[in-house]
Order: sequence, then structure tokens, then C-alpha cells
Amino acid sequence: MDRKFTLHVNVDAFLPATEAEKEYMVQMRPSSTFFRDGVKRLLKNRIATISLIVIILITLASVFIPMFWPYSYDNMLGVTPGKPVDASFNNLRPFEYGRSEQKRLEAGETVFPHILGTDSSGRDYFIRVVYGTRISLAVGFFASIIVLVIGMTLGSIAGYCGGKVDMIIMRIVDIIYSLPDMLMVILLASVLKTTLTPVIEGTAFEKIGSNIISLFIVFGVLYWVSMSRLIRGQILSLREQEYVLAAQAAGAKGSWIIRKHLLPNCISVVIISTALQIPNAIFTESFLSFLGLGVNAPMPSLGSLASDALNGISSYPYRLVIPAVVISLIVLSLNLFGDGLRDAFDPKLRT
Amino acid sequence: MNSKTILYILKRILLAILTVWVVITITFFVMRAVPGGPFMGEKAITAAAQAALEAKYGLDKPLMEQYFTYLKDIVTRFDFGPSLKQRGRMVIDIIADGMRTSAKLGLIAAFLALIVGVVLGALAALRRNKLVDKIIMVITTAFVSMPSFIIGSLLLVLFSIKLALLPANGTTSQGLILPIVTLALYPMAYITRLTRSSMLDVLGQDYIRTAKAKGVSSGKIIFGHALKNSLIPVITYFGPMLAYIVTGSLVVEQIFAVPGIGRQFVSSITNRDYPMIMGTTIVLACLIVIMNLVSDILYKVVDPRINLE
Repeated sequence: MDRKFTLHVNVDAFLPATEAEKEYMVQMRPSSTFFRDGVKRLLKNRIATISLIVIILITLASVFIPMFWPYSYDNMLGVTPGKPVDASFNNLRPFEYGRSEQKRLEAGETVFPHILGTDSSGRDYFIRVVYGTRISLAVGFFASIIVLVIGMTLGSIAGYCGGKVDMIIMRIVDIIYSLPDMLMVILLASVLKTTLTPVIEGTAFEKIGSNIISLFIVFGVLYWVSMSRLIRGQILSLREQEYVLAAQAAGAKGSWIIRKHLLPNCISVVIISTALQIPNAIFTESFLSFLGLGVNAPMPSLGSLASDALNGISSYPYRLVIPAVVISLIVLSLNLFGDGLRDAFDPKLRT
Repeated sequence: MNSKTILYILKRILLAILTVWVVITITFFVMRAVPGGPFMGEKAITAAAQAALEAKYGLDKPLMEQYFTYLKDIVTRFDFGPSLKQRGRMVIDIIADGMRTSAKLGLIAAFLALIVGVVLGALAALRRNKLVDKIIMVITTAFVSMPSFIIGSLLLVLFSIKLALLPANGTTSQGLILPIVTLALYPMAYITRLTRSSMLDVLGQDYIRTAKAKGVSSGKIIFGHALKNSLIPVITYFGPMLAYIVTGSLVVEQIFAVPGIGRQFVSSITNRDYPMIMGTTIVLACLIVIMNLVSDILYKVVDPRINLE
């Protein structure tokens, strides 16, 4: 088709739009935010979704079951004040009853069953496992928060300030990074235990126990380094962006720029590595509990339950298997969920 | 090797020395910060006996003087002083004693993990998305999520108590089988995953396609080209693997009653045998730092493409 060049204006192009044309321009799909996109991708990942459900179920169970359970984690059922200890409550197998409970059963009363029996001191084992799960989860969560706060603060300062400040922080990071972490954790935990006990006596911290606090301190001292490295790297690349220059030109202060521009932009990386830090912390806590450096008795944690179970392992192997399964399940689902989070929220790492 | 590589190696060695010094310093001051000193908790002793003991172990001198003496003794003759609880024995002798068993345990576990891990990883990569690959990945994911003390205890329940196949006590050489397997499982799973992903990476490279196009047999491609190059990232895992085996042996030796250094370490923590805790921490930390150094340097030397920053 040959088209001749013409100076005539096509009048049709200037007519008001018809209804059909207007319809065509309307956006059918509402615009999606980065966060909503990520959640959608996350929910499509079946493994991550299942892991999330498992984590939520375990967390809810560990929070709510102790509220209505008739036994408590430190209640020795055979011990009544003013009476001799009733040893028939010790080492009950699942669904067995102590002597006085049996009498009540014969009299027609209902007695709440010991689903997993009792331990060697006559404490209901099921509630100890539930409570231990709660402690382990809480320790993992708070330790990660501590790591997050310290790592984020120092990492963003190093990344934003650069120069001498950056160099000093990064040399400290280098050295802490090359320290053998587990050995240092054991060393610090074993010493802090003795040092902290008199210090925290009578304060609110006493209830948490010196071991848990020393675990938090150790985490705060040692594990912030990889987080701060990560954030520093992010900030270094973000710092060169035009909007930071624009904010500086508009007279924004350094702390404002870090808080309002830089940190929100590396938030997905931060969330992912925090999520992956939680199973790490749970791992460490259970390891320390196993060595006798974890939670203070009679408070249970999954690691200390497994460690206690070793004593009667030939007669009561389920006492080891149950906390072992719970801990593996928690760590596994947290790891898988963290991987899913990374795939969903970090476009750079997505393959 | 160019000057850049040599500079990198020097820098890493310097950092390693610095790290060892930091470990010694932290250990020393942390131990001295314990209230009451190392003799607290002993049976009631008179003030005179206490002073005599402190004089004997040099604890009455100023702190900095003690620190420099300690540092000098370690650097010049590996002397960590006498053990406080095992009377008459030097810490370094106890460590050397325990090291014999633990080194055997650790080395066999490391080799086992390396060989099985590489084979499984290569297999999974070559059979990508087939059933074999999926089974291997599920099993390794499970092993990576299980703390060593749980793996160890479960193996103990299964093989020593339920099946009564192997002894639960690690003093005989047959009894070392379970501790070795326990220690090897996690690094094995990790190496499997590492080998698989790097093998997949290598198999997608141009030179593999070129080799295929030239008509090189698939066996030669796998063993001559792919496997050799995909093992390079595994080198970086040597350091962390040793660190894992060292810490893992603490609990594994406890579970299976293996008379190694890990068990000594744990009991010295319970007994508050401070020179022993310090000595073991420093020796094990040095081992890990040296292994990290070696694997880092090896990694850069083996693959010249790797950027030295």
C-alpha cells in the first residue's frame, strides 16, 4: 500500500473517546505492591506454606496448651507437703497412673491422663515437652532479635559512614568472624553462668535464669557479624542511588537517611536472614542445654529434655525420641520456610 | 602465583595469628573474671592454704604479669600449666592423650563424609529431578536439620538398645563405629548438597558442551571435566567441617563415652578446671583457625579465576 505524504490533519484522531475506548484504558488489575507479590509467591511454594503451618501450629500449641493443662512443668506429682514422697508417680509409662490417682479412678472419678507418662521426678512429661518447646522457640526468637538489632545498627553505621568508622567496625567483624563460634559460646556461657548469678539475684532477670541471659549475651556479642556484613553490603550499594543524593541535597541528616531510605530498601534481606537465624539459635540453645549450660532446672528446654533422657535411655527411649523429633521438626520447618522467604522476597537470589 | 596472591596469603596468615592471639586473650581474661578464682568450691581450706595454692599457681602476681607469663609459656613451649583437678598432670599431656582418640574419630568421619558426600552429590546432579535425586535431597535436608546430639542419641537407641548390634560404649574400636557415623552424617549431607549444586553449575558450562560436541565419552566428561571442577567449592567447606567435627565431638564423645578430648573438655567445664578449659579452647581454636586458613588459601590457589577480594 502506498501512502502519500499529506499535510492534512486527520480529524478523526481528535474526536472525544468513545465509551469502548475508555473501557480499554481502564486498568483491570489493581496494582500490586512488592510485599503482596512476595506473599503470593510464598504461598505458591507448597513446601514453604506447609512449613509455615507447622511452625504456627507448634507455636500456638506451646503457648495455649499450658494454660488449660491440669499439670505444670515443675509440679512433682508424688510430692505433697507434709506427707512422705509417693514414688509411684515417678517414671510412669504413657497412660499409667500413680497410686493415689488409681484409687480415685476406682472410686469413679476421672483423672486427666499422663499422655507421655512422667519423668524420674514424677513430673508430667507431656507438659514438660510443650513447655520446653515454648522455651526453645522463645530463646530462638529473642536471640535473633538481639542479633538483628546489633547487626543492623553497626552494619548500617559502617556502610553509611564509610572511611575510618567502616574500617574499624569491619576489622572487628573480621576477627569475630574467624573466631571458632561454638567454642567461644561454650567458654562464655560456662563463665557467665557463675558471674551472672549473684548479679541478677532479686531482679526480674532471675526468673529467666543466668544461663539464658548468658546465651543472649553470647549471641549479641558473636553472631551480629554476618548480619552487619550483609547490611553494610546492601547499604554500600544503595548509598550510591540518586534518591539518597536528592535527600542529602534537601538537607536530610544521616540518621534520617539511614532510617527512611536505606533500611526500608534492604528490609527483605534483613527479614530473610533473621528468619534463618532462628533455627540457628534454637540449635545452639539445645546444644548448650545438652552440655548442661542451657536453661536452669527445673525449667525444661528441648535440649535439656533430650539430655536428661539419656540417663534412662534403655528403659524409656521415647523420652529422648519425642523432644528430638520436635526439635528437628522446628528446625527443619524454619529452615524450609526461610528458604521459601528468600525465594519469594529476594528477586536477586531467585533462580 | 602472582604478587596479588602472595599478598592475599600474607594477609590471611596475619589475620589467623591475630585471631589466635584474640582467642588466648579472651580466654585468659574471661577465666580470670570468674568471681572467687579457680579454687572456689573446693572443700573449705584455710586462708594460709589458699595463699599457698595461689602462690604455687602464680595467681598472687599482678594480672598483667600473669597474662604475659601465660602467653610466653604457650608460645614458647605449649605449656598451659598443670590441671587443677587431675592432680599432677599437665594440661598439654591430657590434651595430647585425648587428641589421639579424637583425631582418629574426626579424621575417619571427615573422610567418610567427603567420599560418600561427593558420590551422592554427583549422583544427584547427574540424575537431576529423578527419583534418586529427590530421595537424596530429602534425606540430606533431614540430616542438616538434626543437631548432632540428636542423631547420636537416636543411633544409640536404634543400634545399641533396640537392635543390640553395636556397643554403646566407645572405648573399643567396634564402639567407635556409631560415633564416627554420627559425626559424619551432617558434613556428609552438607557436602552432598554442595557437590550437587556446583556439579549442576559446571554441567551447564560451555566447555562441557564443547566436550560433548567433540564426542568425548560421558564417563570422561563426568570424571575428567565435571567432577574435578565441581569439587573446588567443597574445599571451602574443609574449615567449617573441622569446626563442626570439633564441636560435634564434644557431645558425641559424651553420648558414647569415648575417652577423647571433647569429653575431657566437657568434664572440665563441669569441674571448673580452668587451666584445662583454657588449654582445650585454645588448642581447638588454633586447629580450626589453621584449617580455615589452609582451605581458604587452597581455594584461591586451585582456581585462578577466583577474585582475591
